[in-house]
Amino acid sequence: MKVTVKDVKHIANLSRLTVSEHEIEKFTEQFNQILDYADILQKVDTTGIEPTPYVLPLSNVLREDVAVQGVSHEEALKNAPEVHNGGFKVPRVLE
Amino acid sequence: MELYRGTIHELHEKLVKKEISSVELTNNVYDRIAAVEDKVKAYITLDKENALAQAAKVDEKIAKGEAIKPLAGIPGAIKDNISTKGLKTTCASHMLENFIPIYDAHVIENLRKDDTIFLGKTNMDEFAMGSTTETSYMQVTHNPWNLDRVPGGSSGGSAAAIAAGETIWALGSDTGGSIRQPASFNGCVGIKPTYGRVSRYGCVAFASSLDQIGPITRDVTDAALVLNNICGLDPHDSTSLPAEVPDFTKALRQDVKGLKIGIPKEYYGDGIDAKVKEQIHLAIEKYKELGAEIVGISLPHTEYAVITYYIIAPAEASANLARFDGVRYGYRNKQATSAPEMTTASRTEGFGAEVRRRIMLGTYVLSSGYYDAYYNKAMQIRTLIRNDFTEAFKKCDVLLTPTSPVVAYPVDGKMDPLTIYMLDVTTIPVNMAGLPGISIPCGFADGMPVGMQLIGKVLDEETILRAAYTFEQATEFHKQVAALGGK
Amino acid sequence: MTEYTTVVGLEVHAELKTKSKAFCSCSTAFGSEPNTHVCPVCLGMPGALPVMNKEVVEFALRFGLAVNCDIQKYSKYDRKNYFYPDLSKNYQISQLYQPICLGGHLDIQVDGKTKRIGITRIHMEEDAGKLVHSGATISTSDSSAVDYNRAGVPLIEIVSEPDMRNATEARAYMEKLKSYLEYTDVCDCKMQEGSLRCDANISVMPEGAKEFGTRAEIKNLNSFRALERAIDYEVQRQIELIEDGGHVVQETRTWDDAQGMTFSMRSKEEAHDYRYFPEPDLVPIILDDAWIERSRKSLPELPDARKARLMKDKGLQEYDAELIVSSKKMANYFDAAAAESTDAKGVANWMLGDVSAYLNNEGVEIDKFPISPKHLGEMVNLINKGVLSSKLAKKVFAEMLKADKAPAALVKELGLEQVSDTGALQAMVDEVVAANPQSVADFKAGKDRAVGFLVGQIMKKSRGKANPSMVNEMIVKKLKE
Repeated sequence: MKVTVKDVKHIANLSRLTVSEHEIEKFTEQFNQILDYADILQKVDTTGIEPTPYVLPLSNVLREDVAVQGVSHEEALKNAPEVHNGGFKVPRVLE
Repeated sequence: MELYRGTIHELHEKLVKKEISSVELTNNVYDRIAAVEDKVKAYITLDKENALAQAAKVDEKIAKGEAIKPLAGIPGAIKDNISTKGLKTTCASHMLENFIPIYDAHVIENLRKDDTIFLGKTNMDEFAMGSTTETSYMQVTHNPWNLDRVPGGSSGGSAAAIAAGETIWALGSDTGGSIRQPASFNGCVGIKPTYGRVSRYGCVAFASSLDQIGPITRDVTDAALVLNNICGLDPHDSTSLPAEVPDFTKALRQDVKGLKIGIPKEYYGDGIDAKVKEQIHLAIEKYKELGAEIVGISLPHTEYAVITYYIIAPAEASANLARFDGVRYGYRNKQATSAPEMTTASRTEGFGAEVRRRIMLGTYVLSSGYYDAYYNKAMQIRTLIRNDFTEAFKKCDVLLTPTSPVVAYPVDGKMDPLTIYMLDVTTIPVNMAGLPGISIPCGFADGMPVGMQLIGKVLDEETILRAAYTFEQATEFHKQVAALGGK
Repeated sequence: MTEYTTVVGLEVHAELKTKSKAFCSCSTAFGSEPNTHVCPVCLGMPGALPVMNKEVVEFALRFGLAVNCDIQKYSKYDRKNYFYPDLSKNYQISQLYQPICLGGHLDIQVDGKTKRIGITRIHMEEDAGKLVHSGATISTSDSSAVDYNRAGVPLIEIVSEPDMRNATEARAYMEKLKSYLEYTDVCDCKMQEGSLRCDANISVMPEGAKEFGTRAEIKNLNSFRALERAIDYEVQRQIELIEDGGHVVQETRTWDDAQGMTFSMRSKEEAHDYRYFPEPDLVPIILDDAWIERSRKSLPELPDARKARLMKDKGLQEYDAELIVSSKKMANYFDAAAAESTDAKGVANWMLGDVSAYLNNEGVEIDKFPISPKHLGEMVNLINKGVLSSKLAKKVFAEMLKADKAPAALVKELGLEQVSDTGALQAMVDEVVAANPQSVADFKAGKDRAVGFLVGQIMKKSRGKANPSMVNEMIVKKLKE
């Protein structure tokens, strides 16, 4: 058992998600299934192997420092759930 | 033959010769959609008014005698994770149910420049996470070859629309097989280009180092025509390759003499359905007949590909989907009284179970204490998988495998997530290595289409197109039509 | 009674003064209407992707070279993951694993001695947006509004070694760092606008201990003065806590300037797990020798080098030179003024004295100083030539503040020329001595104070214009007769 229900709740919290009481058992089980299967990775000898964060041989993709008008103020707020004084309104930021 | 069953190249001829008009063609496809969509449910959004207006503009150009591009006036369908300015883009999620993008994806800009027609946005697995299009919040899409079966995923809507005659061409996206597998389940052509060939700007990110946009079409020629338009360097995408884009239609010759086709044994094991294997073996025989040379190959790290993918992809996804927090756009729970509460409630209510599962899996493998054992290890194994292919391509020009271990299976088969994940075993490694891969129809099993996958070297779409085209022209599989609603 | 050693390390964020943001082409201009310099990228819209600004790399490289860093030829970006409304993607693009610079240093002057403060690393990252709270503070607000104009503005984070041992050293380091940021022209260093921010990591340990104590991170330090006060307060707080038998907790605390205290910012959650991983949407930066050399050649004369030059060429004391070069504008003003004058030290004294006093009182920088460097230099010359006494120079100075007229003209206009003509002075001396027989008697009785009194009389009579040293000499001579 790699992760417990408590672990799953902690991960959910980090991800800003809640797992309902009726889902949590199943979730935990599925999680464990996947993580148990992941054990096979430890069988592979990766000494001296460089990790691949990039599939491409690209580097130095850079753009010139020129300011360009982006989207209009109206477009920026077009999909906003709530607006206040030209800003995206959110409820109290602290818990 | 009905217009809605046509290919881009056939219909382009007809338009240029003024045998049909774009408005006529577009209406013809919309009529077809009206007739069968309640059975197939391939589309989330239809944009008829704009499509017909655009078609009229193309007809004007033709009337004036202006030259038009191959895709001009030809209606296509766009997977709903590709950003279309002013047209709802939902990613098949409650989170973006009413979201209207403020910019076009790069590929959409390119397509608009060629005066193509957008019919609407197609159904998919939510945020491209799935292999059956069943995780869509909106609806389940049905396979036109057998309405009780899944169309595959995550680009199931686009592939089903092709098979049902509900579009002439389509775009999908592919992270672990999401273009190729639905193409194989629906008896059509799907190609995932080399990573970096097609700009990801405007494709809602699932796993950044794996995602690619690509065409789903009726035949190989159409796929090449779409590729010609959508490939190319985009300054908005730092992972976009500066490589020159050839005219892919020039690769469409019937010639595989001396072509070395590698058969990787790991893709032909017990996990592959016997009837599927049979069709693939027949295809191999066909290639031999046509003059190709068959080479035995081993890709030893194949067995680790699926789990490596299911560590890397969710990890990247967990960060890519963090932006959906109810603040700037998307679904917001308005009852919450604090921002953290609001974000948690919005995400929990806005995302379906599979998405939440993958986000949490991704968070877990990146979290403190586990990064080395999972994520870093997975990145190392990714290197080994890439090396396997590099070695293999010293001995052969392309690789041939089944696209999927199975044909389309019943809707709501109630399989557990891991079982479904394992079915991506044949497509995932191609994304891991960033190689181009195409699926073309090569037979039937139990009345359902079987797809064959050809994998090419980096930037060598031309060879796999040539190999695919040769097989296609020597067979009739691409002319088979799904029985839905009559021919 | 245990003695404690204070250990301070500083993390400084400097906004780079590029025209466009780090990962998109939106303008970095400050002070515009909310959400008017934004685009799909910095708004974190679905499908948007970052593209690196070349100038950001150039600025980071230039600054790294200026502070003696080991430039990393291969560096890349990582995602730092956490949720906050001002972070439009809910991850910040930063550099954890392979930053652009490692291992630099800056020298500071403390009590006339040079101390080297190590710089652990410098990396590039992006700024977050701004929260405008509905109430007076974040804790008293029911809601906030987010403005993403600042989201994506490029930053460099400069992390120092924990080499500072008190508030004075910390301040000296900050001032030095600021001058280097100015000289390399990568940051406008306006703390009040937030383009220069500082967090302090503070711990204490018993004197002579081998291991550092647990540190607390202090945020919300909006001025150098706040930094000093916060260090002093926090050190005291930690010592008291330890002496009372408690433990210092590793946490983030905020400095409340009004109350002069730090408060814990920790919420019920545990410390952040940022889950850093390589940023897949960006590719690595590879710097070759040619690029690094070009950048090195483009460096201007840096503060320490300029200081050394002023000490050598202009004979300034280290302390004065350090102060003059601390601000590029000051140093430039000095150069211009000293060019007009033969007395660099005199110029320096005026600048560090009356000029600085004016700037502090008015709260302005030297580019807003009403007197031109040319005129300051000329004034110093007049003093040295004996045309103007240093006392009356203050009057001229005050006049030049009102209107920047040439000092020579003002001296004439106000009739302030120093009288050094022997004849005229002798007449005054004779007159004053004759009018004050008591002083003469006092002097003859051994009271040297009488001289001062008589000099004072002459100064009054001449309205300050008599050359005081000449007068003094002549009076003594007369009295001795």
